[in-house]
Amino acid sequence: MSIKPEKHQMPTRAAAERAADFGEVALGYTAELAVAEAQRCLHCKNKPCVTGCPVGIDIPTFISRVADGDFEGAYTVINSASSLPAVCGRVCPQERQCEGKCTLGIKYEPVGIGRLERFVADTHNAKDIKPERPEPNGHRVAVVGSGPSGLACAGELAKNGYAVTVFEALHAAGGVLVYGIPEFRLPKAIVAREVEGLAALGVEFRTNVVIGKTLTVDELFADGYEAVFIGSGAGLPKFMNIPGESLCGVLSANEFLTRINLMKAYEEGSATPVRRARRTVVVGGGNVAMDAARCAKRLGSEVTIVYRRTEKELPARREEVEHAREEGINFEMLATPVEINGADGNAVSVTCRRMKLSAPDKSGRARPEPIEGSEFDIPADCVIMALGTSPNPLIRNTTDGLAVHEWGGIIVEDGTGKTSREGVFAGGDAVTGAATVILAMGAGKSAAKAIDEYIKQYG
Amino acid sequence: MYEITEKISLNPTVTQMSIHAPLVAKKARAGQFVILRVDEKGERVPLTVAGRDAERGTVKIIFQIVGATTALLDGKRVGESLADFVGPLGMPTDLDELHDVCVVGGGVGCAIAMPIAEELHARGAKVTSIIGFRNKDLKILEKEFSACSDSLTVVTDDGSYGEKGNVTLPLKAMLEGGKRFDKIIAIGPLVMMKYTVLTAKPYNIPVTVSMNPIMIDGTGMCGGCRLSLDRGGKRVTAFACVDGPDFDGYEVDFDEAIARGKTYADHERAAREKNCNLFKKA
Repeated sequence: MSIKPEKHQMPTRAAAERAADFGEVALGYTAELAVAEAQRCLHCKNKPCVTGCPVGIDIPTFISRVADGDFEGAYTVINSASSLPAVCGRVCPQERQCEGKCTLGIKYEPVGIGRLERFVADTHNAKDIKPERPEPNGHRVAVVGSGPSGLACAGELAKNGYAVTVFEALHAAGGVLVYGIPEFRLPKAIVAREVEGLAALGVEFRTNVVIGKTLTVDELFADGYEAVFIGSGAGLPKFMNIPGESLCGVLSANEFLTRINLMKAYEEGSATPVRRARRTVVVGGGNVAMDAARCAKRLGSEVTIVYRRTEKELPARREEVEHAREEGINFEMLATPVEINGADGNAVSVTCRRMKLSAPDKSGRARPEPIEGSEFDIPADCVIMALGTSPNPLIRNTTDGLAVHEWGGIIVEDGTGKTSREGVFAGGDAVTGAATVILAMGAGKSAAKAIDEYIKQYG
Repeated sequence: MYEITEKISLNPTVTQMSIHAPLVAKKARAGQFVILRVDEKGERVPLTVAGRDAERGTVKIIFQIVGATTALLDGKRVGESLADFVGPLGMPTDLDELHDVCVVGGGVGCAIAMPIAEELHARGAKVTSIIGFRNKDLKILEKEFSACSDSLTVVTDDGSYGEKGNVTLPLKAMLEGGKRFDKIIAIGPLVMMKYTVLTAKPYNIPVTVSMNPIMIDGTGMCGGCRLSLDRGGKRVTAFACVDGPDFDGYEVDFDEAIARGKTYADHERAAREKNCNLFKKA
C-alpha cells in the first residue's frame, strides 16, 4: 500500500465564518480519518518522534493502537506520560517537537501526531469515565498556581494518594489555559473538564488565594503541608519603552487576552469592557501575538502583526500563523515600532522602522538591525504589546531562602524542580520564563515524582 | 462566597460594607487593597481596604457609587454574598519613623486615608488631617477622623460645610505659617493629589500618594495599572498593583495617569445609563 504524502486534513471551520465568532477553529479528526492517518506511521525502529516529545510519550505505540481502532488503549498509553492530552494535542508546537523529528517527514509530510493525540483525548473524554479515587497516603502537598505545571503536578500526586491543595490567585482555575489561550484554540470546557477530573481525584482547588500575599510559603508549611510546588507562571508584561506607550489604546497582550478569555468581555452581559478598535497593531511573533491578533479580528478590527524578523523566525506554532493568515491578519515583517502617536490621549498610529537581518551570530540566530531613515506609519487605535513577560515578584519577595536568577526566575535542579529551599519545588514559566504548555506540564510532572521521593524519604 | 455582614450608607453616593473574608482580614494593612466580583459575570474591581476585624474575620470597604458595578454592589444586602474577594494586594503604606504627619483626604479617598490616620495615631504620631468634599451632603467619616487626629480641618468646594475651597488651601496656609511635617499622605482624586504635591514642593516635604488605576488581576500579570515615574530624570514604568498603590508623589506623572484613567470612560457612561433607572425611558 502506498503512503499518502500529505497529512489527512483536519476538518476546520471556514475562515470567514470562524473569524466572526469565538467558537473552536479546528474540528478534529473523525474515527475514519484518525485510523487512516495512524496508518501513515512507518513504525521505524529508532522512534525519533519520542525524543522530540518533552514528556516522552510512547508515540508509535499509541499510534498503532489508533490504527487498530483501540482508541481507549491509545489513551492509556498517552495518559501514562501526559496529564493534559486534550490540551497538548491542541497547543503543542508539534512541528518543532514530535512531528519535526518524524522519519516520514524527511520525504513527505510527517504523521499528524498532534491531531491524533487530540482525537484520542477527545474520544476518551466523550465517554465521561470518572477516575478512581486512590487510597489516601496521609501526606499533604500544596501547589501554587493552577496552570499547566500546577495541574500536572497536582494530578500526579493525587494519583499517588496525596492530599493536594491547589491555590489560585484568580477566581477561576486553569491559569494561562483560561486567561491566555483563546476559546477558539482551546475551548474552556476542555480546561474545566481537566480541573473537574482532578477534583474527582480528590484535589482541592482554592481560588482567590494569592500565595505571597494572602498566605506565604512559610504559612503553608506551618499549616501542615509537607512540600510546596510553585507553578505561579509568568508575570509582569514587558513593554518597549518607546514614546507613546502610555496612550489609551496601548495595552499588553496579557491584559487584552485576560479581558477576552477570562472575563469574556466579548459576550453580551459581561461587565468587563474591552475597547473595540478599528485598526489594531500587534507587536511580536509568538503564539501570544497570534492569539491577540485573532481575538482583535473577532472583535471586528483590521489587524496587522509587526515582527522584527521574517516569517521563518516567527516563534509561533505554524498552524496558528496559517490560521491567522487565512483569517485575513496582515503581517508586517522586518519592522519594529519606534513611537506610538496619539491624539487627545488616544493612540492613532504607530511609527515603525524597517529592519534587516545580520549574518547569523554564534547561536545561529540572525540579529535584526534597523535601517536608518526607513520609518513608516501604520494607522492604529489599538496597539497590543506581545513581547513576553518577566517573572512575578510576589513569591520570591516573601519566601526566605528561595534562590532566584538575576532576571527573577526561580533556580531549580534540572529534572526534579528542587529549589534552594528545602521542601519547595518549582516548574513552568516561574522557572523558565515564558515557554510552552507542554514544558510546564513536563516540569510539574517530574517535580511530582521528586516530591514523592522527598516525602517518602523524610516525611 | 463572601458574606456581607454589615452595610451602612455614609451618604447618598458612598456606602460602607463589611465582608466576611477571614484570610484577608488576618493580613490586610492600611494602604493595601482587595479585588472583588459581585457575581459570576461581574468585573474585577479593586477597592482599598478601609479597615478590618481579624477576630470576626471581616474586611471593611467603602465605595462610591460611580458606575454599573458599584451600583450593583450597592444593591446587595446584609446576608447576601459576593462571588469573589481576594487580597490583601499591593504594599502596605510605609508608616515607620513618622512622628508628625499631615493626612489629606479627598471625597471617597477619605475612606482610605482614615485607616492610615488611625494607624498613625495608634503608633503615637501627631496627626493633622485635612479632608475635603464637594459639598456638605457628601461629607463622610468626620467623626472617625476627629477621633484620631490632633487637628482636623474640613473643607467643601461650595462652602456648605467647614472652610470653602479645596484641601490645598489649609495645607498651604499651614506651610506658609511655618508648619512642617515628616510627611504628607494624600489620597483622593488624581487632580487633588497632583496639586497637593505642587503645594508641598516649595517646602520640600515628602508626599506619598495612593494610585487607583485600571487593573484586572491585581497580581502583576495584566500591566493595565502601569504608570510612569520620574526617577532622577529617568522615566521608569511601575505597576500600581505590585509596586504600589503608594508612590512618591514627586515621581508620579499625574497628567498621564489622568489621561489613562479615561480609557473606558465612554464604556462606563454607557453601562451606567443602561443600568440606572434614571436613564431608562418610560
